[in-house]
Amino acid sequence: MITLNHFLLLSALLFSIGTAGIFLRRNVITLLLSVEIMLNAVNLTFVALGRFNGSVEGQIITFFVMTVAAAEAAVGLALVIALFRHRETLSPDAFTSLKW
Amino acid sequence: MAPWLFYLFATISVVSSIGVIGQRNPMYSVLLLIGSFISLAGLYVGLDSPFVAVTQIVVYAGAIMVLFLFVVMLLNAPREDVAPGAQLPIPGVVKAYGGVLSVAMAAMLLWALSRLGVVPFVEDPQAAERVASVRDIGLMLFRDHAFSFEVTSILILVAMVGAVVLAKKTV
Amino acid sequence: MPTIAPSLIFQLTLLTVVFFSLQISAAVLVYFERKISGWAQQRVGPNRVGPLGLLQPLADIVKLIFKEELRPKAADKWLFYLAPILSATTAFAAFAVIPFGPPTTFFGLLEKPVPLQVADLNVAVLVVFAITSMGIYGIVLAGWASNSKYALLGGLRSSAQMISYELAYAMALASVLVIANSLSLREIVDAQQGWRWLFGVVPVPAWYVFLTPIGFFIFFIAGIAETNRAPFDFPEAEQELVAGYHTEYSSMSFALFFLAEYVNMVVVCGVTVSLFLGGFYMPGLPVWLGPLWFIGKVAALLFFYIWMRWTLPRYRYDQLMDFGWKRLLPLSIVNLLVTAAGVLYWS
Repeated sequence: MITLNHFLLLSALLFSIGTAGIFLRRNVITLLLSVEIMLNAVNLTFVALGRFNGSVEGQIITFFVMTVAAAEAAVGLALVIALFRHRETLSPDAFTSLKW
Repeated sequence: MAPWLFYLFATISVVSSIGVIGQRNPMYSVLLLIGSFISLAGLYVGLDSPFVAVTQIVVYAGAIMVLFLFVVMLLNAPREDVAPGAQLPIPGVVKAYGGVLSVAMAAMLLWALSRLGVVPFVEDPQAAERVASVRDIGLMLFRDHAFSFEVTSILILVAMVGAVVLAKKTV
Repeated sequence: MPTIAPSLIFQLTLLTVVFFSLQISAAVLVYFERKISGWAQQRVGPNRVGPLGLLQPLADIVKLIFKEELRPKAADKWLFYLAPILSATTAFAAFAVIPFGPPTTFFGLLEKPVPLQVADLNVAVLVVFAITSMGIYGIVLAGWASNSKYALLGGLRSSAQMISYELAYAMALASVLVIANSLSLREIVDAQQGWRWLFGVVPVPAWYVFLTPIGFFIFFIAGIAETNRAPFDFPEAEQELVAGYHTEYSSMSFALFFLAEYVNMVVVCGVTVSLFLGGFYMPGLPVWLGPLWFIGKVAALLFFYIWMRWTLPRYRYDQLMDFGWKRLLPLSIVNLLVTAAGVLYWS
């Protein structure tokens, strides 16, 4: 018997994995991928709760999250390309010109 | 949904997500993330939301991830490296700190969820049908959330212009 | 959601039959491709193996199996072998939701009629779209994993091309969805039975091609681009890229790409037939012969595909992008608006 708790637990787990990726990795592309994992974890919560409430609201929010994710990926990857052109690396530690 | 299906998809999504952040080759990271997204789509089908499941595959796996793949292929910098001339090479302490933080976050979320008590889904075929109805989603999206929908289109437009400006050769 | 099948065994039988029919159709297509190219170029075409060269595909398969499997040293081992599998899988999977016959009991063999379709989903149209969009990965990964510049260029070109034409493809599809008011392929096909009076005077089959001819036109062209066929065969443009994304492949992994290309053609034609040409319905002719009409229509479209390949020269790449983004996409949006206005007016 699969309950709502199963889905929420899975979502929490995925979200934590995404957070760990942000904390641990030193590669801009992997950082963006970690953000996608976190967004997806949240999506799963929305859809599961929407199903629990018997309404389509959860799915509607999911579409908006997907749109934001698409916009984020487009701008983020454009930034990655621009940064890579200047520094020839993907490590965020290299982009410290504005650091005091 | 059938328990074994849930556990199958959940295992795939968790294992491949761990693979995404554990992988040193961005190409493999992207591919593993696609696997994770597809298994999440399977979970959505189990939640009587086939439309979201298909959208998940079309938008995430079919469009966003292709974009990532494109950039990884074009940059062709497969290995993660310490930046030349980086002022702060990350020491183990920082990494350990990050690890502790994320584990703490997971523990916090799990603690919060453990206080929830068991909430089973209502086995109501009518509710399932209501959730699965694409017509209802369309009506809701274009009637009740029409303003948000239009705002999203502006967001997409701004993102598109921004991406073109940022990635252009001569800035 | 999948309808409840009368029995698992029947479902598995259907699946097996569809799977092998698709493979056989690919072999037949290869034969006809070579024959028609022969006719187009005033040659005879294959005529040595078997009567009329009919066993040529079989000979090709045997040859491909016994060839040596080569892998470039610098290639990525896992992805190099994953790519053709991915290509072939997505090609076959998309056919699962296409209905190819009316509900039937097989002359009283079964207790209640079952639809001739592997899986009847209420979002079938989008499933086809989703699986087709996954097909890009096979080609892109093949290009990247080969670690060869021609293959990489072919892979990049194909993903750019498929993403560009997917927009027009989806917009043309949306015009049908607006008319049919459904996302289920079976419901869309069922709505195209019988006759319709065009302008109140001309009797035509009730196919959607007569309601949105521009949609059909766009869908057909975008379908050719999606399957990477001439005149849009940039991923494997021989004169520029050797063989494009499958330059480094040999033996069975090459055969899988080959198979995927032809199965993709069958799938795209099957979808086109279901959406615009009435699927397995033929007005005035018995419905129980549905699969025959379906195969006939698909074959007619496939003939067009092959005919075009051997008639038209390849576009230039910038022309392709220009055509996709500046002509086809605006046209498809206008078509969608006009169709929606028409549906509002007449319903």
